[in-house]
Amino acid sequence: MNTVSIMICGVGGQGTLLASKLLGRILVDEGYDVKVSELHGMSQRGGSVVTYVRYGDRVFSPVIESGEADFIVSFEKLEAGRWAHCLKRGGLIIANTQQIDPMPVTSGAAVYPADILDVLSAEGVRVDAFDALSPALEAGSAKAVNIVLMGRLARYLGLPADKWYGAIRSTVAPKFVEMNLRAFGLGYNG
Amino acid sequence: MKKLMLGNEAAARGLYEAGCAVVSSYPGTPSTEITEFAVKYDGINCEWAPNEKVAMETAFGASLAGRRAACAMKHVGLNVAADPLFTMSYTGVNAGLVVFVADDPSMHSSQNEQDSRNYAIAAKVPMLEPSDSSEARDFVREAFAMSERFDTPVLYRICTRTAHSQSIVDTAEPEVPEPVPYRKQPQKYVMMPGYARLKHPVVEKRTESLREFAETSPLNRVEGTSDELGIITSGICYQYVREIFDESEARILKLGILNPLPDRIILDFAASVKRLVVIEELDGIIEKHCRSLGLCPDGRNLFPACYEYSQQLIARCLGRRLPDAAEPKQVPARPPVMCPGCPHRGLFYTLARNKVTVLGDIGCYTLGAQKPLEAVDSVLCMGASVSGLHGFNKADPSNSGKTVAVIGDSTFMHSGMTGLCNIAYNGTNSTVIILDNSITGMTGHQQNPTTGYDIKGDPATKIDLEQLCRALGIGRVRVVDPYDLAACDRAVKEELAADEASVIISRRPCVLLKYVKTAPPLAVCADKCRGCRRCMGLGCPALSFRDGRAVIDATLCTGCGVCSQLCAFGAIQKQAEVQK
Repeated sequence: MNTVSIMICGVGGQGTLLASKLLGRILVDEGYDVKVSELHGMSQRGGSVVTYVRYGDRVFSPVIESGEADFIVSFEKLEAGRWAHCLKRGGLIIANTQQIDPMPVTSGAAVYPADILDVLSAEGVRVDAFDALSPALEAGSAKAVNIVLMGRLARYLGLPADKWYGAIRSTVAPKFVEMNLRAFGLGYNG
Repeated sequence: MKKLMLGNEAAARGLYEAGCAVVSSYPGTPSTEITEFAVKYDGINCEWAPNEKVAMETAFGASLAGRRAACAMKHVGLNVAADPLFTMSYTGVNAGLVVFVADDPSMHSSQNEQDSRNYAIAAKVPMLEPSDSSEARDFVREAFAMSERFDTPVLYRICTRTAHSQSIVDTAEPEVPEPVPYRKQPQKYVMMPGYARLKHPVVEKRTESLREFAETSPLNRVEGTSDELGIITSGICYQYVREIFDESEARILKLGILNPLPDRIILDFAASVKRLVVIEELDGIIEKHCRSLGLCPDGRNLFPACYEYSQQLIARCLGRRLPDAAEPKQVPARPPVMCPGCPHRGLFYTLARNKVTVLGDIGCYTLGAQKPLEAVDSVLCMGASVSGLHGFNKADPSNSGKTVAVIGDSTFMHSGMTGLCNIAYNGTNSTVIILDNSITGMTGHQQNPTTGYDIKGDPATKIDLEQLCRALGIGRVRVVDPYDLAACDRAVKEELAADEASVIISRRPCVLLKYVKTAPPLAVCADKCRGCRRCMGLGCPALSFRDGRAVIDATLCTGCGVCSQLCAFGAIQKQAEVQK
């Protein structure tokens, strides 16, 4: 099969690393060759962060560039706009509608483009936009946004839900397992 | 067992499988996880050293004692440890010794983009580089074997993309070698002129033996069938090349041994293709070597000398078609920022407010240079704030009343204290501020000698910073809470005015530490806020400005209260107060 490329983007601290770890683990168990690329260090301090997950028969490069992503999962609205050019023609953006102001907006040097997802849709980009924060809060914490979004992605990837539940149990700290299982369910079924 | 592993995690697995007994390192992105994963294996004695030089010398001592040993550092850390490296090349090893050095093309988390391959050439030691996690594991075993066979430390280079990418590793059981007994051999280990002179020719001869080894090692291999295009590459660039070209489109010479380079393999490879291209990030080292062999490959004429490469960069430089894609959108940047509740913020606000010139250092607090605080004037390398301040004040003593150095607790232990000793000894009226957040922050919370815990989180001797500064000859040492703006202001003003050298320890644990209890979030009382934007000057991510008023994001606010001290109208209060 051709390599499938999934880009996961968000704001440092939103849990993109855990999401990509979870996804990677499931894909390995399914027998694919998998590469996951992430960046640590300074970029994590509230900055724009992106991780790449690629799988198929044989994967070489761990990175995803312009026009290469089959899916972009954006944990924040503005970040969907920042990385949209990486989407393959016909690809899908799954976007959390949550708004987190970057420092230039906070300090008044720039304006937050609140209509960014509408702009993308108007350009003919397939966007599945939804509020992932409310189900995360319903599950128990704003921090579960990442798992809600993985639930949403799982619908499109056709990977069985029970595999995800198993991976959550083996990846997440025990006391957060129940919350994350709920969050996944809300994203998957919601 | 097949497992998805980070490159660094796989390197740690390699250490375990090779029976490495001691790992001493100083954290530095992108090298940190090698040691963090190694500590999880029983049988590897891991530690965070105060700096890379100490780490490397510790690893040397362990090798001398007959146990396989390693140390890990980022590229600039190797500058700090260059001194032992160059002479370890002469002494050689007893048990195997591997030095991990992580380069950071594109400077994702670094202050420069130096290419560590130059160290291998200059120190005349072999260097390996993996291109994925599976090789990251395998090459550790190879490195130890080479170290012992050729009596040399081995440099193991890993770049950010390999270090921080996960790919599949098929793990194996460890094979722990028997310890090598220590034997007194002054001619081998005492590098005074008489013995060192005898060693230099041995090193030169060793390089020739290693070059011969590289000619037949499976770590250097040829793939593909093309006789048109031949590409010499290594590390992550190999993956990018394979992403673009299938086996029939290009012949690839993939080098796993970066030093010394195999002359015969390169010449034979060049003779097998019509066009030769060298693809290497940063310095044109392989290309230069090809030219020394009389070859004329494409390289720097097509490819940039700066920043990391990618499949599309390589495709573009070689005139291949790129995928159809939309233009990138112009959206506001999202730079990294100091976290909500970061204890550094109050101190930096005080410094900016007092218009103090600030010689900065390496850590999270480097972010104090950014808008809106813009409180930092210079950042060079670990420890340079303290020694630089001394020079700044020496050149013009009138600077001392309006200039400070800021340095974190871990960085101070790394190389700030020697600078402080110089301030006391060579007498400038300097004010040094130690930002003591009780952890090594930027690299992801590693313990250090001032925290009272070791790498496993077990209690350890805690170096007392106040006593240390006094012992280094500083009479005025005071502690301030950076959440208390009035106290910070008083301390900075008084110490700058004092007529002797002083240290201010700005002490509060990193807000991200698990044991730190944060206060309930604050809120803005909309009728009291006048929209003066004074609180926006803090650059706190929890604060934003909507419809002419300040707003606090309750999910981000840690209730540190620094903004409420700033507000002249008492508009920032506890949520309960605001609701009344």
